[in-house]
Amino acid sequence: MTTSSVSKGCFVFKPDLKKRKRTVDIEEYFVDADDDCSYGRERFSICRSLWEKIKTDTEILQDELNKKILDSLLEFIKKCTSSFQCRSDEWSCLMRASEIPTAALVLGVNVPDHDMTFQSLSDLLQESVTPFAVSVQAKECSGMPKSNLMQKLLERLMGVRVTEEEYEEDPSLSGVPLQQKRVSCSIGALCQWYKAVTNKHKHAMKSPGKYCSLENDVLQCPPIVVIFKDFEAFNPHVLQDFIFICSRYIQELPLLLVFGIATSPCTIQHMLPHSVSSLLCIELFQSLSCTQHLATVIDKLILTAEFPFKLSGKVLQVLVNIFLYHDFSVRNFVKGLQLALLEHFHSQPLSVLCCKKKHALLNAQKLSHQHLEMLRQLPSFMRYVEAQEPQEQVQLLTSDKYVKEVCQKLLKDIRKYHKNYYCILRCLSSLTSSLPKYPLGKHIRELHMSCLERNIWETNEYESAIQLLRLLAKDELVATLKKCADILKPCKTKKMNSVLQQLEDYIVKLEHLDSKFIWLRKTDCVTGIKNVFVFRSHLSPPELQPLHEVCYYSSSGFLRQHLNATPRTSIQTALSQPFYYLQNENLKTDAGTVSSSAPDICIVYKLHLECGRLINLYDWLEAYATVVSGAEGKDPDSEEYGKVDELKHARFIKAVSELEFLGFVKSTKQKTDHVARLTWGGC
Amino acid sequence: MPAVLQCPGYPEAKLRCLAESLQCREVQASTLLALMGEPQQYSYPSVFIYGHRATGKSHVVLALLTELELPHAAMSCVECFSRGLLFEQVLMALFGPEAAALLPRCASFSDFVRVYRQMCAQEPADQTRYIVLERAELLRNMEANLLPGLLRLQELVDDNVTVILLSEIVWDKFRPSTGCFEPLLLHFPDYTKAELQQILSRHSHPSYTPELYSSYINILLGVFYSVCRDLRELRHLAALNFTKFCEPLEKGEAQESDTHKLWRRVEPHLKRAMQTVYLREVSSVQWEQQQMDEKEATALRGLSAHAHVELPYYSKFLLIAAYLASYNPARTDRRFFLKHHGKIKKTNFLKKHEKTSNHLLGPKPFPLDRLLAIFYSVVDSRVAPTASIFSQISSLVTLQLLTHIGHDDQLDTPKYKCAVSLDFIFAISRTVNFDIVRYLYDFL
Repeated sequence: MTTSSVSKGCFVFKPDLKKRKRTVDIEEYFVDADDDCSYGRERFSICRSLWEKIKTDTEILQDELNKKILDSLLEFIKKCTSSFQCRSDEWSCLMRASEIPTAALVLGVNVPDHDMTFQSLSDLLQESVTPFAVSVQAKECSGMPKSNLMQKLLERLMGVRVTEEEYEEDPSLSGVPLQQKRVSCSIGALCQWYKAVTNKHKHAMKSPGKYCSLENDVLQCPPIVVIFKDFEAFNPHVLQDFIFICSRYIQELPLLLVFGIATSPCTIQHMLPHSVSSLLCIELFQSLSCTQHLATVIDKLILTAEFPFKLSGKVLQVLVNIFLYHDFSVRNFVKGLQLALLEHFHSQPLSVLCCKKKHALLNAQKLSHQHLEMLRQLPSFMRYVEAQEPQEQVQLLTSDKYVKEVCQKLLKDIRKYHKNYYCILRCLSSLTSSLPKYPLGKHIRELHMSCLERNIWETNEYESAIQLLRLLAKDELVATLKKCADILKPCKTKKMNSVLQQLEDYIVKLEHLDSKFIWLRKTDCVTGIKNVFVFRSHLSPPELQPLHEVCYYSSSGFLRQHLNATPRTSIQTALSQPFYYLQNENLKTDAGTVSSSAPDICIVYKLHLECGRLINLYDWLEAYATVVSGAEGKDPDSEEYGKVDELKHARFIKAVSELEFLGFVKSTKQKTDHVARLTWGGC
Repeated sequence: MPAVLQCPGYPEAKLRCLAESLQCREVQASTLLALMGEPQQYSYPSVFIYGHRATGKSHVVLALLTELELPHAAMSCVECFSRGLLFEQVLMALFGPEAAALLPRCASFSDFVRVYRQMCAQEPADQTRYIVLERAELLRNMEANLLPGLLRLQELVDDNVTVILLSEIVWDKFRPSTGCFEPLLLHFPDYTKAELQQILSRHSHPSYTPELYSSYINILLGVFYSVCRDLRELRHLAALNFTKFCEPLEKGEAQESDTHKLWRRVEPHLKRAMQTVYLREVSSVQWEQQQMDEKEATALRGLSAHAHVELPYYSKFLLIAAYLASYNPARTDRRFFLKHHGKIKKTNFLKKHEKTSNHLLGPKPFPLDRLLAIFYSVVDSRVAPTASIFSQISSLVTLQLLTHIGHDDQLDTPKYKCAVSLDFIFAISRTVNFDIVRYLYDFL
């Protein structure tokens, strides 16, 4: 872009709106430009449909899990609402201090997951109790604290009503009434507004309107519910004053508070002194723990043959570790799963076969020659070929048509394998999950991960679990076996039916055993169990299955790198090995050294590593000038060499301030011409 | 019979009626009346009334003003959190909404005075106007000229106006360093036990005799007087527990005259109330529900019974490290976290001022570096310094388990304090099998 100005100056070029709007369709990322037979579009659509399914499933799951707590919360709010209405002139009502009904909702420390819960809570409230449900977050109410909280509240309550009813046809006007209302930013104004609105409602009720479906008493004066999403993060003084103000108006305004608490209900007492907490009537609601939540999500999304997409043991380990060690957030776990899904369909061309059975068989039929070659290159397929007769081997390697047939057969096999695997896995888990010290893990996911990694029946843990099974009393054993039978019943495969048959016979046999002889026969007993379930054939690791690469995503490193980033390591890499990111051949050096033609900040960084806690700026500058002169190719013996000129000085200062910005050095008051290092360690 | 309030210029009947409603506060009420003088007389420019919560400050002042129909503006400084709001409310109450509309946006004190004078010229006062400000201690946090200005408002607006400030704090804590007009001070002392008895007994239950109720109040005060003198709270507690007290009477197990029997029945119940519902461990609704269900054995778990907090694994260790950094002197880190620290006896590096327990002194601030150094040495596996570790520190801060100290500059070695109790950290370290006692300097 050019300007016609003659003077020196800064010009702002605003980006062209039309240009910016052209965004790349996500689908395009899946399609290689030079290779249109790689089924990019198919892969993308499979990936998208799988993700949609995961998303809706987790949402349904979340709703189910929250149902209990939300229902009881709703019950509480309804009860309070009706008690607002029938405020009688009874003696005890007059004598009692009027408290603000408050629900303390303890949700656990997994704050990212709370959004969904609050969303469904406010949806439920809007639906069945009150149109006046407002949620506030601490970060919205920072700054001039008190007025902000009140302002947010008024804006959300009154502002929204205004836009909804009177300015429906022209949404651009919605900003104007807010501005006018700002002047009377007090709860008195809210009271007046509330009275006006409820009166209007009463009139509306007489004529058949949209609100008629609601219960009458709720309709007459719906409560104002204020939801504090992150109670701990609020300024205690703001909260105290807010509660104090509300309590003065509780007779006129049916207010209800909901505290979203992440830690424990004790924080209420920490944040509010007795004089304030005595204005509240707090009832406690505790949600399910997030580990239980994760267990259900894993159970529904991972331990099922329904989803063709699978995670390898290591990948699952990464995701579970991030959950357990870092954030406890189920939402992040599902996001990680999404990343794995995307990456799998993006990077593995054969993932086009990773879908529903019918679809997959169809796709296998359509595979191009190129894809079949890729298929032949798969390690698992090569192993399979090697195990075949020589004649068959030749056919597999030469005939595309034959490979397609075999591929279809193998796909069917792997489906069957999955169906059997999960049934037997659940049986083994229910057999061992109640054993003392949990040799095979307490949760089914631990068992699943070790089954994915190795032959479970060869491990010591398996042995000790079997030993412990021997010590079980007969009744216990029979009870757990019956549970296994229940697990097996819904499994429809032939093998599982025969296992179930055997198991039932076995249970009958066990029940008829005389308790006196049970000790003698215990050993047989357990071998019996082994024989019934045939763990050996059903729980073999998926790596042994041909074509497992099609549906298993296994690059755990990629996931770890993206989900659990190490910004500091990246910065240090960038500074100490600029080649790593810049990919400029000139910068390639041996480990531990920096080329003198590297960016200034890298040189400065490298030099500062050699210093102690305090760095003399002048010495640093001299050293820098020497290094940079080397890059300029000056003669080391000339007088100019290593001399500090204006340009070098400026470059040095710029580099040092960049380092300061990155948090490596800071100015110090101890010595004026020195800076302090903020990192320790050197080269 | 209560002493009769006397003041010329006010109707006798109303004063008698007031005396009835201002029981046990006759002295204060008559002092106030004397200060106010006759309606048209000028009163003292500003009066400062202080006394504990629920000692009848607002009640007396507002009862006098409303009953005697004097022009007044009463507001709480909690509600009027900005001076603009305060001015607006005052003008609205004294002169009507059109006066408030005259105020410019972001009104200053001189704007207020100007509008006041303007309105005053239109409607000159034939009676003293009163401005009552509750929770006046909050005025100190507003603009510096507001409190001194209000104290001499009479002089500034040249009108017959009196400002009455109500607070729970003594005047000494208000006095600005630059000096100001001294208001008249009036103290409302706490109610005595007898006075509380008298006031509480007035609102007896309609279905029972006043004598019975009075004896009930006596029992209630016997339990609660030592911990609570707040009239409002006592009345609330009386209402909550009265049904329990009457239960034997309802069931016919006792007569109204069996005071001892009734006392024996209700006293343990009241004691339990003191530990639960009074502290708001259990809400009043739950408490009443429990009384109705009569399942005393399955006592409700209070709020503080749910102290357990589930945290991610590394957050636990970060918290443990923060606790160690907060309660151990930095010099002793070498002793605890270095493998070959040599033998350092406690007495050798014990400085004089460190002889007192660090736990008595409370947590000390520590820099982020030290926290991480301790964290890496206590956590049992190698942990990469990932973004999630750092974000866990900030989420611990938002959860108020750690507190961020000092300025907000995150780049310049932020400092933190650990804000959890010893019991809490014991519980946390037990879940990760970490023997924290071995690492605490105080328990060496």
